Amino acid sequence: MELLNKIFVAPFAEMVEAPDFLMQVLWEGLVSGVLYALIALGFVLIYRSSRIFNFAQGIMVVFAALTLVGLHEMGVPAWISVVLTLGVMFGLAVTVERVVLRPLVGQPDIILFMATIGITLFLIGFGEIIFGGENKQMITEELGIPTGDIVLEPFGGLLILQHIDITAVVVAVLLVTALLLFLNKTRMGRAIRALGDDHQAALSVGISLQTVWVLVWFIAGIIALVTGIAWGSRAGVSFALEVIAYKALPVLMLGGLESITGAIIGGLMIGMLEKMFEIYWGGPLLGGNTESWFAYVLALIVLLFRPQGLFGEKIIERV
Amino acid sequence: MLYRTAGQFKTSYRTDQALFPIRQDAFLLGVILICAWVVFPLTASEFTFQTLLTPILIYSLAALGLNILTGFAGQLSLGTGAFMGVGAYACYKMVTLMPWLNPVVAILLSGVFSAGVGVMFGIPSLRIKGFYLAIATLAAQFFLVWLFEKWAWLYNYNASGAIQVPNLDIFGLYVAGPQASSMTQYYVVLTIVSLLTYLAINLTRGNLGRTWKATRDMDIAAELIGINLMRSKLTAFAVSSYIVGVAGALFVFMWRGAAEPNLFDIPLSFRVLFIAIIGGLGSILGNYLGAILIVGLPVVLNTVPRALGIEVESALLEHLNIMIVGSLIIFFLIIEPHGLNALWRLIREKLIIWPFPH
Repeated sequence: MELLNKIFVAPFAEMVEAPDFLMQVLWEGLVSGVLYALIALGFVLIYRSSRIFNFAQGIMVVFAALTLVGLHEMGVPAWISVVLTLGVMFGLAVTVERVVLRPLVGQPDIILFMATIGITLFLIGFGEIIFGGENKQMITEELGIPTGDIVLEPFGGLLILQHIDITAVVVAVLLVTALLLFLNKTRMGRAIRALGDDHQAALSVGISLQTVWVLVWFIAGIIALVTGIAWGSRAGVSFALEVIAYKALPVLMLGGLESITGAIIGGLMIGMLEKMFEIYWGGPLLGGNTESWFAYVLALIVLLFRPQGLFGEKIIERV
Repeated sequence: MLYRTAGQFKTSYRTDQALFPIRQDAFLLGVILICAWVVFPLTASEFTFQTLLTPILIYSLAALGLNILTGFAGQLSLGTGAFMGVGAYACYKMVTLMPWLNPVVAILLSGVFSAGVGVMFGIPSLRIKGFYLAIATLAAQFFLVWLFEKWAWLYNYNASGAIQVPNLDIFGLYVAGPQASSMTQYYVVLTIVSLLTYLAINLTRGNLGRTWKATRDMDIAAELIGINLMRSKLTAFAVSSYIVGVAGALFVFMWRGAAEPNLFDIPLSFRVLFIAIIGGLGSILGNYLGAILIVGLPVVLNTVPRALGIEVESALLEHLNIMIVGSLIIFFLIIEPHGLNALWRLIREKLIIWPFPH
C-alpha cells in the first residue's frame, strides 16, 4: 500500500503542490532534450543518406568543441576559431569519406557500423593526444552568448531560466529550420534524400555519392559543433561528453532511425520524461541515477508496440 | 606442400562431414593444443600469464558467446559486458552463500543466471530487428550496470561497492583469490574454455546451429520452411548468454580478482564486439585470432618502445594505443570485412594448391 502510494499518488501530489518546481524540471528536461535531439539529428542525417549508423557522432561533438576551445587557447579570436573548426570538421568529413567509407561501399551495415566505432576510437586517442584529457571551459562569453538568468515567478514560485539554455533552444530551432529548408528546397538536399531512398537509382540519375557523403558528414559536423558549444557551456568540454552519444541512441529508437521529426520529438520526450522520472520516481524509490537507463527502457517499451519507432518508415520485408 | 590434401579420400558422408576433413587441420590443432596445455605453461612467466594467456582465453570465450548470437543467429548485441557482469555477480553470490560449492561448478552454474537474463532481454528480438535491436540490447547494458551499483545485496553490502574474490580451493588447491597461482588459474580457464569451445563447435554444426544460420540469413524465409523463430532466437540468446556469463565469471574470478560495476560498462561490450568482428562473424576460430590481436596489441605496444629504449609517457602511450586500435579496426575491416578467420581460410586454400595459382 505504502509502495503503491509512492508510485501512483505521492509524485503527482508533489507535482500539484509545487507547480513551479515541476516547470523547472520540465524546462531542464526540455533543454537536455533539445541537445539529445540535435545529436540524434546528426545520426539521422547520415543514416538517411547512407544507411550508416554513425556511432562517431558523439565523439564528433567532443572533437568539435575541443578544437574550438583549443584553437582559442592558442590565441585565435573566438569567431575565427569557429570558422577554423568548421574547416577542421570539413577536413574530417573528407577524410572519413576517402579513407573509411569509400573502400567499404556496399558492405553489410554492421561492418560500416564497426568502422564508425573505429573512427570513434581513433578520434578519442587523437583528441586526447592533441588537446589533453582535462575538462576545459567552453568559450561562452567570447562567442557573445549571454550568460546569467531570467527569474520568473509563476504560481508564486520560482523558475530560473539560464540565458545559455534559452540561446541553445533558439539556436537549435534555427538550425533545424535551416536544415529542413535545405533538405526540402535545394537541389543538394533533394539529392541527399534521393540517395537515402535508393542508392542505385540516385546514382543512375547522376547524383555523386562521394559529394553527398562528404556534405552529409560535414553537416553532421556542423551540428556536432553547435551541440558541443551548447552542451559544453553547461558542463565544460571533456571526453566525458562522449556519453551523450548514448543518450541520443534511445532518441533514435523512439523516433525512428529515418525521421527528422522523430529525432526532434523523441529527443524532447526523452529529455523531459527522464528528468521527471528521475526526480519524482527514480530518486525516491530506486536510489537515483536512473537517467542512465530510463530512456532505453522507455524506447524499448515503445518499440515492442511499434518496431520502427514512432515516426520511422514502416519496415516492409520481402522474401 | 605441407597442406597437400591429395590422397585423403572421402568414401562416406560421415567422413566428409567430419570435424576435420583434412588431416593437416587436425594435426595443426594438435600442435596448438600441446602448446596451450604444455609448452606455454612451462615457459610462461607470471607477467605472460597475467597479461596475455589468461585474458586472451577469457576474451575469446566472451567473443565466442557473442559470436553465437551475432555471427550465427544474426542478432546484433551491444550488451555483452553486462551479461558478463551477471555471470560474475551470480558466481560471487553463489560462492559467498554456499562456501562449500566447488568453484568450478559455481563458475559453470553462473552462466545459467546470465542465460536467464539473456533470454529475458532477448524476447524483444522477436519483434525488433537490426539496429533497433542493437540499441535495445543497450537497454540491458545500462540497466544491468545500474543494478550492479544500486542493489547492495549483490555485493554483500560491501562499503566499497565492489566484489572481492575470496580464496577458493578445490581439494586444497587454491584456484581463485589472492592465494591462487597464475598457472592454476590458467589451467582452470583453459579447461573450461576448451570444453565450451568443443561444445560450441558441435552445437553450431548441428541442428540448432543450422536453424540459427537460417534465421540469420533471412528470418522470414526460415519461418516459411518451418523453423520456429522464437525457439531459434531465444535459444541463441540463451546459449550465447550462458557462454558470455561463464566468461564473465572467469574474467573476475580467474583474472581480475575484484570488480566494480563500471568494469562491465560499455567499453567491455565493445571490446568483445571488436574481437568477434575482427576475428570474423560466424566463425569459431576467429574469436581466438581476434582476441590475440586485441588483447596482445596493447601489450606489444607497451613493451616495444621500452625494448627499443624509447621513453614514452604512459598517458601518451595509452592514447596512442586507442588510436592505433581504432585505425587497425578500420584497416582490417577494409582489407577483410569477414575477419581474420577469412584471411586464414584464404591462406589455407593457397597452401593446399601451392605451388599452383589455381
